[in-house]
Amino acid sequence: MKRRTLLSGGGAAAATMALSRPGLAQQDKVKVGFIYVGPIGDGGYTYEHNQGRLAVIEHFGDKVETVYQESVPEGADAERAITQMALGGADIIFTTSFGFMDPTINVAKKFPNVKFEHCTGYKRADNVATYAARFYEGRAPCGHIAGKMTKSNKIGYIGAFPIPEVIRGINSAFVHAQRANPDVEFNIIWAYTWFDPAKEADAAQALIEQGCDVIFQHTDSTAPHAAAAKAGDVIAFGQASDMAEYKPSPRVTSIIDVWSPYYIERVQAVMDGTWTSTDTWGGYGAGMVELGEITGPVPDDVKAEALAIRDRIAEGEHAFVGPINKQDGSPWLAEGETPEDGDLLTMDFYVEGIKGDIPS
Amino acid sequence: MIRLEKRPQPSRGWSYVTPVLAVLVTMVAGGALFAVLGKDPVLAIRTIFYDPLFGEFAWYFRGQLLVKAGPLILIAIGLSLGFRAGIWNIGAEGQYIIGAICGAAVGLALYPMEARWLVFPLMILAGVLGGLGWAMIPAILKTRFNTNEILVSLLLVYVAEQILASMALGLLRNPEGSGFPGSRNLSQYEAAANHELIAGTGMHWGVVAAFIAVIFAYVLLNRHMLGFQIRLTGQSPRAARFAGVRPNRLVLFCLGTAGALAGLAGMFEVSGPSGQITIDFNSGYGFTAIIVAFLGRLHPVGILLAGLLLALTYIGGEAAQSNLGLPAAAIQAFQGMLLFFLLAVDMLTNYRIRIGKSEVA
Repeated sequence: MKRRTLLSGGGAAAATMALSRPGLAQQDKVKVGFIYVGPIGDGGYTYEHNQGRLAVIEHFGDKVETVYQESVPEGADAERAITQMALGGADIIFTTSFGFMDPTINVAKKFPNVKFEHCTGYKRADNVATYAARFYEGRAPCGHIAGKMTKSNKIGYIGAFPIPEVIRGINSAFVHAQRANPDVEFNIIWAYTWFDPAKEADAAQALIEQGCDVIFQHTDSTAPHAAAAKAGDVIAFGQASDMAEYKPSPRVTSIIDVWSPYYIERVQAVMDGTWTSTDTWGGYGAGMVELGEITGPVPDDVKAEALAIRDRIAEGEHAFVGPINKQDGSPWLAEGETPEDGDLLTMDFYVEGIKGDIPS
Repeated sequence: MIRLEKRPQPSRGWSYVTPVLAVLVTMVAGGALFAVLGKDPVLAIRTIFYDPLFGEFAWYFRGQLLVKAGPLILIAIGLSLGFRAGIWNIGAEGQYIIGAICGAAVGLALYPMEARWLVFPLMILAGVLGGLGWAMIPAILKTRFNTNEILVSLLLVYVAEQILASMALGLLRNPEGSGFPGSRNLSQYEAAANHELIAGTGMHWGVVAAFIAVIFAYVLLNRHMLGFQIRLTGQSPRAARFAGVRPNRLVLFCLGTAGALAGLAGMFEVSGPSGQITIDFNSGYGFTAIIVAFLGRLHPVGILLAGLLLALTYIGGEAAQSNLGLPAAAIQAFQGMLLFFLLAVDMLTNYRIRIGKSEVA
């Protein structure tokens, strides 16, 4: 009993200490933490977040200290990893995967003086902001290229999980592919992982065997590109990162997440004491998504069209412009209509023309 | 010349010393690894082994140690019974998943009922039955059709993972989660939550269950006929049959117990530390528990210590990653070393080292 009292008493005392740490103004360095879902060497999603971290170091130099933990499992382990960073004196912590949402909120309650930034989620608090990139805008020019380039009219798509973010990407790619080529079909495989090179390679292989000659991926490793390279005559798009090692083919272009401006801006806000809980969702226009160099077998006219699509979106045109029907034929967007962000954030349907069901 | 000589009997003394020796050798070799990576080896070892227990934030990490070790010990205890009898359940991960799904499903079905005295015990029961039922598949296939339980139980893990994904996306999905996968958070549903029993200690019902399981397994193995039969079957299946052991009954008992305990662990995890059924709710406890069982020499008290030790390397390893910037792979290599050296020095219990010429036999 005595030991228990000691433990909990000590815990309570230390907890109060941790919670009432002196304000940021007295500290010389701002400590910035990052929680990554994959390894920083994944060559994709986590790699780009880590590039953002490196950009923060380069921008602020001695004024910041960064810490990170990679390959953090979602769930109870994430909560501990985030807590540990907060205890270690981090002033702002970026948790960079959807599955870190509840753990981030839980830890944030215990550390009201630490700022938290959760990527791709929807729960916010006074000290929890959310941010994401409009990846689906990146899918638009790629969809166009896919529609123009396919000879078999079959396009393969590897999805991580059937969540709105991924479904949005599929719909965006399909709408633009179909406008370029009314005969396209999408074959979709769900990998149920963000990062598992073996599974991703298997999925790509299966799609190629089904006759797909264009592969989209919404998973984080370069394995689908390796599979495409092996098959020959198959093209693919870099996901989250440029995946430049597969230039000029099979990688013909890429959807690059650019986190550095956002990370620098938010760390600056912490330094200035102007940080508030916000919800940021930027695309081509905000510079949070970039189109990689268009290479290899893509002819010049297709390249020009793809670049034009990107430029129009960057200038404010929506990636989804009606008329677009839902898969069951019911109208979604009327002629010239564009969707609200709320609709996009909860998207749980395919657009008309995509075959198959969303797993549920 | 150095040579090995088989001991007439495994050395009791060495069997206690070798785990400690393995940890020490791992510290040296791991330290060398960290030094090559350009980190201070003493600081790294200190961060992994000392700080979580006695460092500045030990009040938090000690509790986390129990949170992490609880399910490992609970599952490993169940597995050790079978392993002792030569019944190889490799699929505890699947039984853990199904236990969690069943427990969570009962809790979610009763949401928002407030009667904790009813909801929580029912969830525990469902978790146990879920794990038990899943383990009965390889058990019955083995007793009826003589299939290999290693393969069947292992492959059922992948089936369980698919069911888990389907549950997170469909049946158990939070209706207020705006289309995102994952169930309601059970730890925020008072009647179903497996909270810490004393705030800040990490002690939740799953940890309590783990301690009880250790005691029961100890009594069973040392004081009970069934425990004797388990040990006898492991040492000599033929002799066991002569002694009246019914092998099929033993298979059902060992796989069933392991499944029930794994299911229980899953249920306590999903209603407590993890909180939700999500697509990748499982984080390998069922597989790690196999290592814990052997690291603890299939002995209940050994498993208790091994579970705590492995939890320490996980938690300390995470701290080393985030505080010292060590890559995750280096920590995994470090944990691998621990197991490697344990198996390597294990030789000393069965062999003695002789220096000098061999005598003529």
